[in-house]
Amino acid sequence: MNFEFQAIYWREMVKFFRFKSTLISSLIQPVMWLAFFGLAMSDSFDQLTSMIPPLEGVRNVDYLSYMGAGIIAMDVLFSSLFGGTSLMFDKKFSLLRETLASPTPRSHIILGVGLSGVTKAFIQTGMIIGFGKLIGMDFFLGYTFTETLIAITGIFLLVGIFTLGFLFLSGSIAITIDNPEGMQSILTLLSMPLFFVSNALYPIESFPAILRFLSMFNPLTLLADGIRYFALGDNFTVMGMHYIYTPADVIISFLGLLFFASVMLTAALWRFDKVDV
Amino acid sequence: MTANVIEVNGLEHSYGSVKAVDNISFTVKEGEIFSFLGPNGAGKSTVINILTTLRKIQKGEAKVNGYDVASDSKHVRQSIGIVFQMLCLDHEMTVCENLEYHGKIYSMPKKERKKRIEELLKLTELEHKRDTLAKDLSGGMKRRLELARGLMTKPAVLFLDEPTIGFDIQTRMRMWDYLREIKREGTTIFLTTHYMEEADQLSDRISIIDYGKIIATGTADELKNKLGKDLIYLETDDNKTVAEILRAMESVKTVTEDTKSLRVMIGEDVTHVLPQIIDKIRQAGIEITTINIKKPSMDDVFVHYTGHGLREGEPQEKIEGIKTEGVSE
Repeated sequence: MNFEFQAIYWREMVKFFRFKSTLISSLIQPVMWLAFFGLAMSDSFDQLTSMIPPLEGVRNVDYLSYMGAGIIAMDVLFSSLFGGTSLMFDKKFSLLRETLASPTPRSHIILGVGLSGVTKAFIQTGMIIGFGKLIGMDFFLGYTFTETLIAITGIFLLVGIFTLGFLFLSGSIAITIDNPEGMQSILTLLSMPLFFVSNALYPIESFPAILRFLSMFNPLTLLADGIRYFALGDNFTVMGMHYIYTPADVIISFLGLLFFASVMLTAALWRFDKVDV
Repeated sequence: MTANVIEVNGLEHSYGSVKAVDNISFTVKEGEIFSFLGPNGAGKSTVINILTTLRKIQKGEAKVNGYDVASDSKHVRQSIGIVFQMLCLDHEMTVCENLEYHGKIYSMPKKERKKRIEELLKLTELEHKRDTLAKDLSGGMKRRLELARGLMTKPAVLFLDEPTIGFDIQTRMRMWDYLREIKREGTTIFLTTHYMEEADQLSDRISIIDYGKIIATGTADELKNKLGKDLIYLETDDNKTVAEILRAMESVKTVTEDTKSLRVMIGEDVTHVLPQIIDKIRQAGIEITTINIKKPSMDDVFVHYTGHGLREGEPQEKIEGIKTEGVSE
């Protein structure tokens, strides 16, 4: 058994904590989304939807809590999608040469980078949940300690698989493309439909049929749904929409994300195998 | 008898239609410093990349430390250290961290890593810089750190691709001292260079390589002595006629015509031959404008074997261009 991926992981983490500016901004950014966008939108949405009579016996969730799940999904999407960029610079400045010339298998490079991304995503998720609770996000409302623990584990598992998938995707692009501008534009192009054709920030029920159909296959939707199931329960209303999640829905989220991550892993392994120095 | 650490047989490599390495064979013995001397674009880096398994071998055979480069790349990689032509340190990590990372990706146990790092910091005189970020080191120190890194795993062979490129002569000479020290500790060194003095002063044996072919191999002295004992540099009114006259003389080994001058290799002691040469040229009624005597240098050796000085530019650019294209394939 080889453990070279630990070396890659170690290096990524050393650098993550070394750059104070990127460290702090990556931690503050999700909090700012919640604090500014979340609170502002939440108030206006809740005002608009306050006229809708609540369903009898079903918990009504405010927009902030609904969106909180989406913010987690969005935040880990962006950080993992852009997470591969460091690999492109490593390649560009020949830093990758040292590792590629070593006996370390290339799959370990992918794994090490992937795991470091998961760690960063976990830190961010924890920040959002913690800060969200502080400003009144109703995650885990009425849960027992054990239920909360299970919910948190579920959320982190989903976030982990999701992050790996997008890091593999971003790593594959990074290793294939040579110029930062090209990478930037591809990622921006990708992030746009991913972000908007999903239920991260708003329910998809009122989408045009085609967008609604597409959004079902969007990993971001799968993740947001999964997080909501764990954080808000399986039966709630928000903005007049009635949400019922069954265990099957959560299993679909898991399987869908696992499928996505494995396809991306295959792509990454293939691209890394082609890298020449 | 000492073992061969590197054995290369009939190595060929092309980038598209450009043949960068053309049927090369050579051996490097254990414990020696072996140099590839040649101009940019002669194929030196390609050979190093193949031997270090960074480039797939196309044709021929190569063994490093007894392992086949094509079929046993993992063992080859474990046997070697590399200092690349371009600086490739992680600038955002400290001196120690750079070494630590290297030890980790070669699966060195922690205890061994710590011990080796101390030894190497001492060897490369970077002890006081251990916690400095690599980006804050001077150029020479960065190179020394790379040298230390290349030695981290106690490799059987250390490969250096143009180790002193772009350095001033003091830094270069210090680098040579480190390399001699490393050799004394028993590491075999294979290096490429286009600096004559580097090949001359540092190497046990040199292969002159040009247009992908090895033209001559030997110790610096052997290569120089093959040329002759002394070299006369002449400028006259009529170089062509003088060349003919001199070629007819028994004591003259070779005459090379440059644009303005003649290089005359003498097989025996120049002090006796020079008066005869001057006499013969005078008798032919030709005026000598400049005359100069010296021992053959590596430059002369190079010009002699390749028929030209160290050229810069054109062929290299061609090959480099193709190389970069190959990367994204």
